[in-house]
Amino acid sequence: MTSTIDAPRSPYTRSTKKSSINWEKWGWIYMRVSGVVLVVLIFGHLFVNLMIGEGVSALNFAFVAGKLTNPFWMVWDVIMLWLALIHGGNGMRTLVNDYATSRISRGILKVAILVSVVSLITLGTLVVFTFDPCPAGAPADLVASFCKTL
Amino acid sequence: MPQTAGTLDSQQKTTSRRPAGTLYRGNTGMWSWVLHRITGVAIFFFLLVHILDTALVRVSPEAYNAVISQYQTPIMGLGEVALVGAIVFHAFNGLRIILIDFWNAKYQRVLFYVVIGLWVVTMLGFAPRHLINVFSH
Repeated sequence: MTSTIDAPRSPYTRSTKKSSINWEKWGWIYMRVSGVVLVVLIFGHLFVNLMIGEGVSALNFAFVAGKLTNPFWMVWDVIMLWLALIHGGNGMRTLVNDYATSRISRGILKVAILVSVVSLITLGTLVVFTFDPCPAGAPADLVASFCKTL
Repeated sequence: MPQTAGTLDSQQKTTSRRPAGTLYRGNTGMWSWVLHRITGVAIFFFLLVHILDTALVRVSPEAYNAVISQYQTPIMGLGEVALVGAIVFHAFNGLRIILIDFWNAKYQRVLFYVVIGLWVVTMLGFAPRHLINVFSH
């Protein structure tokens, strides 16, 4: 019986099918492309929420209402949500592959990561697009000033 | 081929128990990798919590304000400095990884010191302003 050793730096593939997609390669590319975009999106998010005005002390429901009624920030937040959760989930998958030693623990942890990422992307996207800045019956001092004119 | 003192030294260093004796272990390459993993995990778990707390805007203004006021306490204010520090390191070191992959790996050590320098400058810009916002309220 003969066995062949792959040439150094040949891509890792589980199957020998020539036509199969190299998912690890696309994951590697995703981490770099999403990483560059996330630097811009998260630095902008931190600057607007923590640096401008009184920073973290100014955050409340009315502040969020002002942002989530603006299409610019809705798109910003949703793109940031999707890119960051998939980037983080893929990073955690890498750590599980490195440190979880048994097949069963790797499987359980990766399913837990997948469930967390999918459910939080769903929750976050629904919150952004179904958000009501002026909920009925809410005290006037807790909602944005533009609710008075409605 | 005569063996020079240089190659003998490097062979001895490779089998040394001292971490500094290897090419990678114990050096900037290892520590940037360790910090990238630790900050990445910390940011991931904060992200899970942060999406859940922001989702409270869909529950009621009172529920959201109750939770966000916890982020404005002195202890959480210090925690936010640590969080932003982790994010800024992960961001700059991530860009360093991209430069190593697509540009030139031989600058990895000097790029690590560039990352540390940019981190210090960014945190000097952020931390004082943020701590004033936290502690003056």
